[in-house]
Amino acid sequence: MSDHAATPDRIQFENVSKFYGEVLGVNKVTLSIPPGVTTLVGPNGSGKTTLMNLMTGLVQPSSGTISVLGLFPGNATEFFRAVGYCTQFDSFPRGLSGWQFVFDSLMLHGMDKMDAFRLTVEALDRVQLGDAAGRPIASYSKGMRQKIRLAQAIAHHPRVLILDEPLNGLDPMARAESLTLFEELGRQGMHLVISSHILDEVDRISDRVVLITGGYLIAEGNIQQVRQEVRDKPMQVLIRCDHPELLASRMFSINHCVEARLHADGQGVFLRTGDIDQFYSMLNGIAAEGLIKINAVAPADDDANAIYQYLIGSDGSAS
Amino acid sequence: MADTAASFSRSFAQQPWGLWRRQAARLTLIEVRRNLFSWKASWIYFLAFIPTLLIFLHALIDRHFVEGISDDTNVLAGIVEFYYVRLGIFFGCLGIFSRLIRGEMIERSLHFYLLSPVRREILLLSKFAAGSISALLLFETAMLANIALMYGPFGAAGRDYVFHGPGLGQSEAYLVIIPLACLGYGAVFLLLSMMFKNPTPAAMLVLGWEAINPVLPSVLQKISVASYLRHLMPVNIPGEGIFALLTVETEPVSGWAACLGLLMLIAVVLTYSCYRIRRLEIRYTTE
Repeated sequence: MSDHAATPDRIQFENVSKFYGEVLGVNKVTLSIPPGVTTLVGPNGSGKTTLMNLMTGLVQPSSGTISVLGLFPGNATEFFRAVGYCTQFDSFPRGLSGWQFVFDSLMLHGMDKMDAFRLTVEALDRVQLGDAAGRPIASYSKGMRQKIRLAQAIAHHPRVLILDEPLNGLDPMARAESLTLFEELGRQGMHLVISSHILDEVDRISDRVVLITGGYLIAEGNIQQVRQEVRDKPMQVLIRCDHPELLASRMFSINHCVEARLHADGQGVFLRTGDIDQFYSMLNGIAAEGLIKINAVAPADDDANAIYQYLIGSDGSAS
Repeated sequence: MADTAASFSRSFAQQPWGLWRRQAARLTLIEVRRNLFSWKASWIYFLAFIPTLLIFLHALIDRHFVEGISDDTNVLAGIVEFYYVRLGIFFGCLGIFSRLIRGEMIERSLHFYLLSPVRREILLLSKFAAGSISALLLFETAMLANIALMYGPFGAAGRDYVFHGPGLGQSEAYLVIIPLACLGYGAVFLLLSMMFKNPTPAAMLVLGWEAINPVLPSVLQKISVASYLRHLMPVNIPGEGIFALLTVETEPVSGWAACLGLLMLIAVVLTYSCYRIRRLEIRYTTE
């Protein structure tokens, strides 16, 4: 095992492949995930869940090595004290109430009852499921089941939280609450690895994206960096100004500006450019002339959804 | 050599035995709670207590003369040898132990255990302990009730037979045979449930193997639960017809050797099960 594979503050994949018989799960993935919120993005069957299952030892790599903060799933006692995994399997051990589910999980850490009790209350409060905790999980709605899984995954205060489609089944309010919780956990220095189809929402809290399709890692890193690396797709910029038509015509005079579209409210223009550096340089010149008053400039397609569309080819929100 | 032994001894002592004990106790409690007190287990209650019901009816309906004790003793021995060991405990343990791992995979809930900070060997052994406790509670209770109901109606003669006569040794033997059968079949079915998606066909092969085992070479007889238990039976039942196959006289083995042999077989099966669970993967879609 290389030293690189056991870095104590990162999740490391070293040339990891996983085959299910003859079916490819993931192929030669090398990845290093720092603290913060990392979103796994990819269509169904792309290998996102396989990556998460590999991280936690639910499946074992056909080749390569994986370590999480320098720990390996084979050492379950240490490993699962540091890691919480909220899977997308919507099933639970039979006959348990929400309370028992979280409490029993904590007791398996070897805690005494008082500590397990306190952490159970805390986790249930965090997911706002305290009132329903005494009911059997079998009677829960899909959203409540999602919440109780999340409560169980965070109850022991893990340093790494892996969340497979954690927003599935949640209503908009619960989604917003969950995202706030994830954001807060990310800010606290925790590693959060999230896979989600609801890219617009997770994009807001993600520090990094990992794009995967067909079992192959196609891009990873900070969202803006990844977007800039997609050089064959012109970048789109929204410019808020008082004369958008004039600005569009001026910008079209340079050959790297390939598309202009007026904003629906008439107070801005979307411009696509193949050379963002020259684009901003020219825009500065126009602003300095003073003929057009520029109010705001913002990239319009450097989110996870746009990157997904460019690199994978369909709308991430719909997949 | 001495260094290796000292190093092993140090490493052994440094293991978190206290934590493992607490985890095992908790897991066992959770599993017993789920196994023993569930409607899905009701058919296992039926398997355990159907002879008790029949003996109870016999106690109510039939007259009991002192001369009948030896007949009832043979009946009880037959119930243990042909029903409990060959069928009741066999299928009861198939139900209890194959559910512990395979049942959880079918219900897609095994991953919760595999994601807990518990070594997989501890998980497996705790589940085995829980299954054993469930099976023992059911079948030992049934056996005690059978003895009480079989000899109780004989009054003072029955009590004398059980507490001061040959019935004492026989009862003790039955109360050893039943747990050994539970542990033996339990270990086998726990392993089979990890090896096969549907362990029932494999269990039927085991049933056949157990049936023909007495006529196999003595080396092969050592890979059988019933063959060890046969040596512990306190009463010899003359078999007739198909039952003759089950009562073939084999090479005599002392009770202690039979117990030790069976415990070693259980240990080997559990060791291999621990090896299997280390490599177990969660792929519910293929279940």
